[in-house]
Amino acid sequence: MSTTTITHDEEHHDHPTGIMRWLTTTNHKDIGTMYLTFSLIMFLVGGAMVLGIRAELFQPGLQLMKPEFYNQLIGVHALIMIFSALMPAATGFANWMIPLQIGAPDMALPRLNNWGFWLLPPSAILLTLPFTLALFGIGDGAIATGWTFYPPLSVQGGIGVDFAIFAVHLLGISSVMGSINIIVTLFNMRAPGMTLMKMPMFAWGWLITAFLLVATIPVLAGAVTMLLTDRHFGTHFFSAAGGGDPIMFQHLFWFFGHPEVYILLLPVWGFIPQILQTFSRKPMYGYKAQVYSLWAIGALSVVVWAHHFFTAGMPVPALLYFMYSTMAISLPLAVLFFCWIKTMWRGSMTFETPMLFAVGWIILFGIGGLTGLVLADVAADAQYHNSYFVVAHFHYTLFAGGIMGIMAGVYYWLPKMTGHMYNEKLGKVHFWLTAIAFNMTFIPQFFLGLAGMPRRIPDYAIQFTEFNEISTIAAFALGFSQLLFVYNIVMCVKGGKKATDKVWEGAVGLEWTLSSPPPYHSFTEQPTVN
Amino acid sequence: MLMQSIKKTGLGLLLIIAVPAFADYSWSFPEPATPMALDTLHVHNEFMQITTAIFVVVLAIMIYSIFAHRKSKSYVAHVDQPLTKKSEIFWTLVPFAILLSIDFIIMGIPAYKSVIMMEDTRNDSNMVIKITGSQWRWQYEYLGAAEANIKGESAEDKQVLNDAKGIKFVSNLTTTQDEMDNKAPKGEHYLLEVDNKLVLPVGKKVRILMTSADVLHNWWVPQFGSSRVAVPGFIRETWVQILKPGTYRGQCKELCGKGHGYMPVVVEGVSMQEYQKWVVAKKEEIAKAAEIKEMTKDELVTAGKGVYEKNCAVCHQVTGAGLPPAFPALTGSKVANGPIFGADGKYLKDSHLDRVLNGKGVMPSWKAVLTDNEIAEVITYERNALGNSVGDLLQPAQVKSARQ
Amino acid sequence: MASHLENQYFVPHGSIYPSILSVGLLTMASGFIFSVAIDKSKDLAYLQSPGKWMMILGAVITTAMVFKWMGAVITESLTNKYKGWEDKSFRIGMITFICSEVAFFMAFFGTLFYMRIISIPDLAGYDADITPYKNFLATWPSQGPGGIVLGNEFKVNAGMEFMKPWGLAAINTGLLLTSGATITWAHWALIKNNRTQLILGMFATVALGIAFLACQAVEYHEAYTHMGLTLGSGAYGATFFMLTGFHGFHVTLGTIMLIVILIRCMKGHFTPEHHFGFEGVAWYWHFVDVVWLGLFIFVYWL
Ligand code: HEA
Ligand code: HEA
Ligand code: HEC
Ligand code: CUA
Ligand SMILES: [Cu+2]
Repeated sequence: MSTTTITHDEEHHDHPTGIMRWLTTTNHKDIGTMYLTFSLIMFLVGGAMVLGIRAELFQPGLQLMKPEFYNQLIGVHALIMIFSALMPAATGFANWMIPLQIGAPDMALPRLNNWGFWLLPPSAILLTLPFTLALFGIGDGAIATGWTFYPPLSVQGGIGVDFAIFAVHLLGISSVMGSINIIVTLFNMRAPGMTLMKMPMFAWGWLITAFLLVATIPVLAGAVTMLLTDRHFGTHFFSAAGGGDPIMFQHLFWFFGHPEVYILLLPVWGFIPQILQTFSRKPMYGYKAQVYSLWAIGALSVVVWAHHFFTAGMPVPALLYFMYSTMAISLPLAVLFFCWIKTMWRGSMTFETPMLFAVGWIILFGIGGLTGLVLADVAADAQYHNSYFVVAHFHYTLFAGGIMGIMAGVYYWLPKMTGHMYNEKLGKVHFWLTAIAFNMTFIPQFFLGLAGMPRRIPDYAIQFTEFNEISTIAAFALGFSQLLFVYNIVMCVKGGKKATDKVWEGAVGLEWTLSSPPPYHSFTEQPTVN
Repeated sequence: MLMQSIKKTGLGLLLIIAVPAFADYSWSFPEPATPMALDTLHVHNEFMQITTAIFVVVLAIMIYSIFAHRKSKSYVAHVDQPLTKKSEIFWTLVPFAILLSIDFIIMGIPAYKSVIMMEDTRNDSNMVIKITGSQWRWQYEYLGAAEANIKGESAEDKQVLNDAKGIKFVSNLTTTQDEMDNKAPKGEHYLLEVDNKLVLPVGKKVRILMTSADVLHNWWVPQFGSSRVAVPGFIRETWVQILKPGTYRGQCKELCGKGHGYMPVVVEGVSMQEYQKWVVAKKEEIAKAAEIKEMTKDELVTAGKGVYEKNCAVCHQVTGAGLPPAFPALTGSKVANGPIFGADGKYLKDSHLDRVLNGKGVMPSWKAVLTDNEIAEVITYERNALGNSVGDLLQPAQVKSARQ
Repeated sequence: MASHLENQYFVPHGSIYPSILSVGLLTMASGFIFSVAIDKSKDLAYLQSPGKWMMILGAVITTAMVFKWMGAVITESLTNKYKGWEDKSFRIGMITFICSEVAFFMAFFGTLFYMRIISIPDLAGYDADITPYKNFLATWPSQGPGGIVLGNEFKVNAGMEFMKPWGLAAINTGLLLTSGATITWAHWALIKNNRTQLILGMFATVALGIAFLACQAVEYHEAYTHMGLTLGSGAYGATFFMLTGFHGFHVTLGTIMLIVILIRCMKGHFTPEHHFGFEGVAWYWHFVDVVWLGLFIFVYWL
């Protein structure tokens, strides 16, 4: 049975063109493209900021900037990388691929989808505008509290904090709308015959991500709203004088913040197995086990938040509870690791760029995860906490686990999206440069942290010099390697060898049954799955 | 291609390890100086070994697979057979049992012990101090011996610890701005040196009460293995017990504003005899500083310059120009040039003295930090230097009465 | 052909409303910041009035776009663009949205519980010789111990009164519970295609919603003018106004939506089979109702 699945008004052939097309579009591929483009641009912006940070840290002493500006850079770097680079990238893939993968005509709520994207540029403006305003003497620059907004520092801060609060509000609305859309699409738009347990893993990853977003983003919104009223309307949520507690903000923030790190990675844990199975030419191992693990991770993620502030003081039972529950997350992740490797095991592997990234990703994310496990130990965390050890941990998970995972996805799906092959050689060079420079940047930071270098400082004691120098040089190499990535994408969009429909020899899934690039309206005939 | 690249990675990694190997570098925590740090180091090492082992196993399997099971070696994909019910159960339970025991037994039990140890601040503690973080300096206050009698503690020791009660001072960074701006060579303890060290007797368990005057700070000395957030309005606790005499350095590690990188902790562990000497000397010094002096304007201004540069220049700058809009200029400031006392002889609200004593917004309250002399000095200095010339002066006695 | 159409999913045309809506929100947010920034810096005083205008402009744009957008949805609904498939999307979407609203209120309830169970007992529980709060007791309701916060002194207002459950609040509980019943009555009427009862039921619901808001306005007025209870009254004031304020805001939105639905009922937009708009708003109204019960129990009563 196959039926026409899409209605559009008669005049649908004259889509608006130019900017109006993008402003008004309800097409999931257009919107996906906008998300991905936005993400790439913001990745460069956030990266450019961090190059400033690394340059300042090249040597002890204040070279380039004042400490207050340094503090602004780290917070905005983090907010941009997380909210404007990594999350939109995952949402971009969701928009592009979920309808294709589940055989849907489009996303379920197309206009809402458009809104979800168009909330992002305003929020990026709110995040970066204070820098510009400061140049004109208005205010004292962007948020200078790091990305975590901890009061009382954020109550004390200037208008940059207000801008960041509203940026978070817009980003929050965007994420919740995006999540609603994805949940509805996955529950209501699957092709006949595609039961939940037949959904592609990417769809599963996103479904759980969307649940987490719906459950936690509003809590963040509530927390920053209370911050706003503490700042301007005389409430005492976060001050002891009125019976409040600054640490309460940390509870609220990390109730969102910890699930957030899995929100960032669940989509990646979704498509990495798909890439592995494609290039191993062998069906994914342990589909069910993986789905259950994703669920377990999602569920555990909302009950472990306090491991981010063990040193803030908590009763012993609470410390023990949060320590053990955090450690428990290693169990589902162990299952995932096992399934990924088992998928490769005795396959017939080739190592095109997506596969290189996927394999490199497993190793590097493994380092990030295992160091995370060590952080969960309360007593040792007194040492690790807020040291560069933590910085290294979360770049292994965020950059290697997040951004490099996304890169694997980009190389994997780019031929499908553009209809052209990217430059394979360049892609491989990009991988190796990234992998090497990345390790050179962040391995030294583990040792810096152990030796006692705190994070978020613009200047440091002499004994930390050498490792910081290596890290800085490597960070620049890492940054400039990304230009290859940009170049490769641009060239691929512009032209290049035609891609076949299936693109990869071992590819499985509905998205590969469509032409490359897929037609504007993906499935005019809804496929059935058996 | 792959082999080559792996060789390159290896070389790169070697490079990372080789370069700093020339420098005298630590690859783990710095040498522990307290039982807590010793325990932490032990736990850290154990966990690192476990995770490294896991990592190596996972990596080895993967690398084997990458090299063996590739298409270019014409390896044909093998189809995984579904497991029988029995072997499925076996293959689920066994790894889970291993993982659970790693998490909750091999790692969980030592971790449990250290948590209990870390949080036990009261039992067997000999003395108590209170640490207050403020932007951007630490204040230390000695609260004397702990109440309970500890087995094996001599009465003299207890007396000495009790004598320290009432000692209270502020510890400021002494690294100069020129060193930070690369205009002067950096000293050996660049950024980790202070005017007043916290002095603690070796071997005594010190219960530390931690609080803050403004934003969150975190008192941390890596060699002590203890760190605790200072929360304004709340009291948090931790403890240290220094095992060996020496100077230990650390830093504030909770982002606390622009001076966060400039808030070092320096602790000196000394023997009981030296501690006793220090207590006597410090008490004298404090008594002397608190003595209300009658000073001339010139004396006040000269002394005020030092106080200003140590405490105020971070925000208002050495020249008094401030960093508007965040930190107002004092040069030409209405407050610093306005009247201090009203007709009734009481100091005015929002006057110079009010602002310095009580602070406002980001401007800290200096009541608890500076002595009457120092406040009089710095105010007189601000009114008659930094481009201001009000011409009047403020006497310490006036500050003293204003405090009441 | 007919069976064909039944399986079609409606993908609306490009629409400019969402992006203008975002611009409206951006304008409103920046305007808000400029108009309150004065609190933090005297140098920005000149931004206050442009800020206010920006805020108003932004609010106008936002409201206009929401109405335009919803108008487009209504038109599409009336021209039979939506069938069972789309309807189901809306349902799942609405449920998910309400879940996110629940999470939003969880943040404030969490705050309330945290203060009651953790921070206030903590503050009151220090050893007598080290505590800065000598006579502070862990009771609820509480204004906190008082003290200096970032240079501003907070004084506990000894003459302040706390809210009592068995006054206006109980009446309000009655009003909202009744409105929950009337909207259900209206729904039954709609299903039975009884227009008079439907409109009557909807009308009663709207009236009850407005009555609720009026009572709350009186209560707030009382609090500020006679009881000395304000947003700045420590833990109790902050949580009280935050929770009831956001709830009241949701009631306001709900009432506006109910009015729209009432008008649509009068115009005969809904059929017994096809009335997602009605149901969506009814769900929302029930959600607001349930939140109120939580408020009544934990804010006013216990
Ligand atoms: C995508 C991002 C991401 C991910 C996936 C993770 C994953 C994990 N993180 Fe991480 N983390 C961050 C991002 C992330 N983190 C960020 C951004 C911060 C700092 C925020 C800030 O302060 O600014 C942080 C900080 C942070 C802290 C606080 C440190 C501190 O400030 O003191 C802790 C403490 O417990 C922690 C723990 C963990 C754990 C246990 C995992 C686990 O999920 C890891 C699980 C994975 C594995 C364990 C490896 C794979 C498993 C095997 C190979 C099987 C065998 C293993 C065993 C049985 C041991 N993280
Ligand atoms: C997804 C998240 C993400 C990503 C991808 C990154 C990427 C990077 N991060 Fe970031 N980082 C965070 C999330 C992330 N970070 C977070 C959450 C924090 C904590 C903040 C806080 O303390 O609150 C942090 C903090 C942080 C610090 C600590 C600062 C401090 O505590 O003082 C450092 C220091 O080295 C650092 C370095 C880097 C580097 C070198 C990269 C590199 O990987 C970046 C490489 C990419 C580029 C460099 C882009 C390439 C661009 C160009 C070559 C220029 C071209 C420019 C234009 C065309 C405009 N990061
Ligand atoms: C943490 C940064 C900081 C430090 C350190 C600091 N100040 Fe201030 N100071 C401020 C800020 C911010 C203001 C503005 C307060 C306001 O009006 O909101 C201010 C205001 C003042 C004013 C009033 C100026 C005016 O025109 O409003 C005086 C006088 C002053 N400080 C004196 C001092 C003295 C004396 C010291 C040192 C003993 C000092 N300050 C240390 C931040 C600081
Ligand atoms: Cu004090 Cu950082
Ligand atoms: Cu976490």
